[in-house]
Amino acid sequence: MIKLWKFKGGIKLTGFKSLSKSSEIKKTPVPEKIILPLRQHIGEIVEPAVDVGDKVYKGQLIAESSSFISAPVHASSSGTVIDIDKYPIPHQSGILERCIVIKPDGLDEWEPNVKANLNPESLTADEMRNRIRQAGIVGLGGAVFPSAAKLKPTRTIDTLVINGVECEPYITCDDALMRSRAEDIIRGLLLLRKLLQPIDCIIAVEDNKPEAIQALNTSLEKLKSDGIGSVNTIRVVAVPTVFPTGGEKQLIKVLTGKEVPQNGLPYEVGIVCLNVGTTAAVFDALYMGKPLVSRIMTVTGPKVKKPANFEVLIGTPIEHVLAAAGGVTSENHTLIMGGPMMGIPLPHSNIPVVKASNCILVESAEKQSKATAMPCIRCGLCATVCPMNLLPQQLYWHSRGKAFDKLVHYNLSDCIECGCCSVVCPSKIPLVHYFRFAKTEKIEHEVKAKFADQSRIRTKKREARLERIKQEKEEIKAKRKLERQRKKLAGVKNDVIDNIKVG
Amino acid sequence: MAVIILTVLALIFGVVLGYAAIRFRVEGDPLVETIDAILPQTQCAQCGYPGCRPYAEAIASGNAEINQCPPGGESGVQALADLLGRDPIPLNPENGVAEEGLPLVAVINEETCIGCTKCVQICPVDAIVGAAKHMHNVLDAYCTGCELCLPPLCPVEDCIVMRPVDLTIKNWKWSNPELHNEDKAA
Repeated sequence: MIKLWKFKGGIKLTGFKSLSKSSEIKKTPVPEKIILPLRQHIGEIVEPAVDVGDKVYKGQLIAESSSFISAPVHASSSGTVIDIDKYPIPHQSGILERCIVIKPDGLDEWEPNVKANLNPESLTADEMRNRIRQAGIVGLGGAVFPSAAKLKPTRTIDTLVINGVECEPYITCDDALMRSRAEDIIRGLLLLRKLLQPIDCIIAVEDNKPEAIQALNTSLEKLKSDGIGSVNTIRVVAVPTVFPTGGEKQLIKVLTGKEVPQNGLPYEVGIVCLNVGTTAAVFDALYMGKPLVSRIMTVTGPKVKKPANFEVLIGTPIEHVLAAAGGVTSENHTLIMGGPMMGIPLPHSNIPVVKASNCILVESAEKQSKATAMPCIRCGLCATVCPMNLLPQQLYWHSRGKAFDKLVHYNLSDCIECGCCSVVCPSKIPLVHYFRFAKTEKIEHEVKAKFADQSRIRTKKREARLERIKQEKEEIKAKRKLERQRKKLAGVKNDVIDNIKVG
Repeated sequence: MAVIILTVLALIFGVVLGYAAIRFRVEGDPLVETIDAILPQTQCAQCGYPGCRPYAEAIASGNAEINQCPPGGESGVQALADLLGRDPIPLNPENGVAEEGLPLVAVINEETCIGCTKCVQICPVDAIVGAAKHMHNVLDAYCTGCELCLPPLCPVEDCIVMRPVDLTIKNWKWSNPELHNEDKAA
């Protein structure tokens, strides 16, 4: 039996996973329009490498950046680039960002260079990393951190964790992926193991997904009997179903007992953690030569006709995906990208699926309009469920008062916005909303302070310059005056001399 | 004897204090610096002083109230009140009202600009570039939105206008949950 640790807090939630749960992954047809945002990852935004009117193949690189923390974007189907402009993106603000719009030709024709690589094990670590970067792979669990950057740790790695926990209610896309592509995930993991050279490899799955655990174990057995003996050291670990075990820091605590330092990354404690979807994408990139052009996504919720898991081309409008799931049952619904705990509400369905989109949840609108918040009664429940060991109640007071120094003191930046505190609050205070609000207010405050410093310096420099110019002018004036006087004197002198001569 | 000891001690302390006064001399008024650090540095002169620093000096010397800076807003008044140990007071409407929402920057209409350089000269942060009889342009990243370059300074009507900066993911903010609650309670 493997020893597991516990993280403080967390809650048990009703799963609602049976709605969409099945090993079958349907493919959505190629849509009429593909909208590919240039910012689908954490880090530098990418710049288009194509022009309007260009013909593109499926899998062709259409936007990239030279920055280390960035990931290129590829055309997800063959067709013509019809626009590069601002379109709605899946973001809670509903604001527009630059996107490349492709009108697919329906042929779904792969770029000729995309070829299967039968022997990726022979690649060096740098070559692998480079291919992973070129394939545009980012963390598909939702954080969308460029994977190639994660795979370049500055110290040795003890443990490689593959995250198949999927702790949010409703979502089953990772479950479906593990059940249908267990062998690919393990093969991807073997390549990552070669790259990182960890001592230990763990695939973590919540214990409410027995079929996925079974599928992974079966594939491990099969690979072992195929003569790939190195799979012996890979362990599939069932972790207890507690939200948010799928959070990177929480999972690391459960599996290893280690805590990632504040503002730090897992590699600092010798761990790299990747999502199962990311691992499958690594398999696709290194074995198949395919860049990240599609992802598995759950469409579920009480207001959708046929909840299921779909393989969706990145850039497909959400309305197209909803139609594939039989459409919505009622107009009175709310669209959420992600799960009910941490997902973001979307204003409408004409928004594309991006690399981060693991789920579209169609909730009834009534459930979303939350009750009026009552005053905090200081019960302290929020602090007992917080998985980051924070004091949500204190953060709440100081968020309301915008006391930024206090918010720093109470470690607001550590909040992972998991929503446990909001769920248990008996006064129905939208605590996470307060923390998100306080985070953006704090950023604005810092930006303003920085701008004020810049303006102060510029004003000082300008005043110094004006003063200098004034002085220079006065100096010139004084010089001229002196010269005039000298000339005058010289003139008098000459007159006197002339007079003497004449005399 | 006691008189001698005390005299010697007095001399020693005198020398030490005299040296410290020269060695650890503070240039300028530190209070002005701290007040100036709170002010938003728009240099808009809405306070009635020619810039943020002169206003800071006026506050420090007790010649000005702490509620004369509209760009600083209520939070600015609060910060000044905390610093000076006074009670916060509402902004003085004579100095203008605090603007809500995105910050504004000046934009020059390239069609109508006659190249008079008046705005280039008045800009307190050197955020306008241009030469005589050539079109001028505003450097967005440095414009504090002080509005000093607007007509009547600019001789051309509708040449310089104020425009809010673009809303992006970087400067977008979550709404205040407090306001939502008031809506529902109402």
